[in-house]
Amino acid sequence: MCLAVPGKVVSIDHRADPLTGMIDFGGVHKQACLEYLPDVRVGEYVIVHVGFALQRLDEASARASLELFEQLGLLEEEFGDAWEQAARQESGSEAR
Amino acid sequence: MKYIDEFNDPDLARRLLDEIHAIVTRPWALMEVCGGQTHSIIRHGIDQLLPDKVELIHGPGCPVCVTPLDVIDQALEIAARPGVIFCSFGDMLRVPGTDRDLFRVKGEGGDVRVVYSPLDALDLARKNPDRQVVFFAIGFETTAPANAMAVHQARRLGLDNFSLLVSHVRVPPAIEAIMTAPECRVQGFLAAGHVCSVMGTAEYPELADKHRVPIVVTGFEPLDILEGIRLAVHQLERGEHRVENAYPRAVREQGNPAALRMLEEVFEVNDRNWRGIGRIPASGWRLSDAYRAYDAEHRFDVAGIRTEEPAECRAGEVLQGLIKPTECEAFGTSCTPRTPLGATMVSSEGACAAYYLYRRMNNAPAAQGPRVPQSQQEEMNPVG
Ligand code: SF4
Repeated sequence: MCLAVPGKVVSIDHRADPLTGMIDFGGVHKQACLEYLPDVRVGEYVIVHVGFALQRLDEASARASLELFEQLGLLEEEFGDAWEQAARQESGSEAR
Repeated sequence: MKYIDEFNDPDLARRLLDEIHAIVTRPWALMEVCGGQTHSIIRHGIDQLLPDKVELIHGPGCPVCVTPLDVIDQALEIAARPGVIFCSFGDMLRVPGTDRDLFRVKGEGGDVRVVYSPLDALDLARKNPDRQVVFFAIGFETTAPANAMAVHQARRLGLDNFSLLVSHVRVPPAIEAIMTAPECRVQGFLAAGHVCSVMGTAEYPELADKHRVPIVVTGFEPLDILEGIRLAVHQLERGEHRVENAYPRAVREQGNPAALRMLEEVFEVNDRNWRGIGRIPASGWRLSDAYRAYDAEHRFDVAGIRTEEPAECRAGEVLQGLIKPTECEAFGTSCTPRTPLGATMVSSEGACAAYYLYRRMNNAPAAQGPRVPQSQQEEMNPVG
């Protein structure tokens, strides 16, 4: 759960309170709170942890990380259905 | 070499490894504090690619693993109550309490919800004004700002049906505790990158100085970890003990100022029990006075909880780096991710789970295996 995933800010809702943006994690779009990076702009890359953007990241390293996370199945682990994962674990069919 | 090929830049990985092999002249023991790093290390076999002289000791940095048993039991009891919606990160579902887990409570009719963000829990409170919504606020410094924002918003919006069951832990006091333990073998630390994304690095120079240990802020990906190890070994070989930032792309010295301000407002430092380890002074956060009304521990009377850990579980020693998971007799026999005895076998950051998941896979006949001696392979080959 300590994973922080890099993503690209694709839009910002300036009227939202707290400040919210849409983040693209290699194709998966999710909202994140931008309150801790209030001056972030559309097109910048950020690292996001439990729905909060915590720091900026340069594009090249963000892309490299995302590719690796995808390959390792970490994106699925982070954004997938936790009940399903827990049930698989309980029934012993957890395959990684 | 199977592992190196899997790195996103095998050439760079090879160069970093070669350099570590070239500079090391004496045995060194480094601790990676963070469980996410432990998983990366075991998954990619980094510990086996390193020179024999460099040992990695796995640290206590798994928030799921160190959440004390009595707090887990409190969570289970609150979650089972009628009228409560209990929200948690997915990692907590299978963490064993004294006699059940959240997954079981849900099966028995408790309204347990998995949320991706604490703000999702806040949303549930807004939409269900007649229910008490409790969020299980665990985590290190990385997660605390998110949880702080949720309760800050709740207070601002007057959402009185929202509360947090708080079990936050902080890394620097844990480093202090590890270094002052009489059996400590750690000579250098890889500090958790994302913790420092929030907190910056200001808390570490004092620790590095006092205990004469290098502390290298490190990311989670295999190359980041190799670079962190290289810098730490380099310092050790030269007799240095500085704080170094090997993860500058996500860590600024001052951390995240807006997040730090929110933490300051919502939380105050307190002593905390770490599961399997015990009480560490000033190692946690609890809600500050202004937010005390949103503390689930106060809101729900959960007295009379009697906890009991399975006697054979040695997670405490694993978390302190005193033993490797494979030294626990229950590992892979009576304790597996399916029937976990300790939280370290459940969490995606727990060391026992890492050894079980990756060492087992790597021992499958198809894998062009890492350099694991036969005797060790057998010992690591769990049933099930
Ligand atoms: S293998 Fe299981 S029983 Fe042994 S220390 Fe790890 S979690 Fe506890």
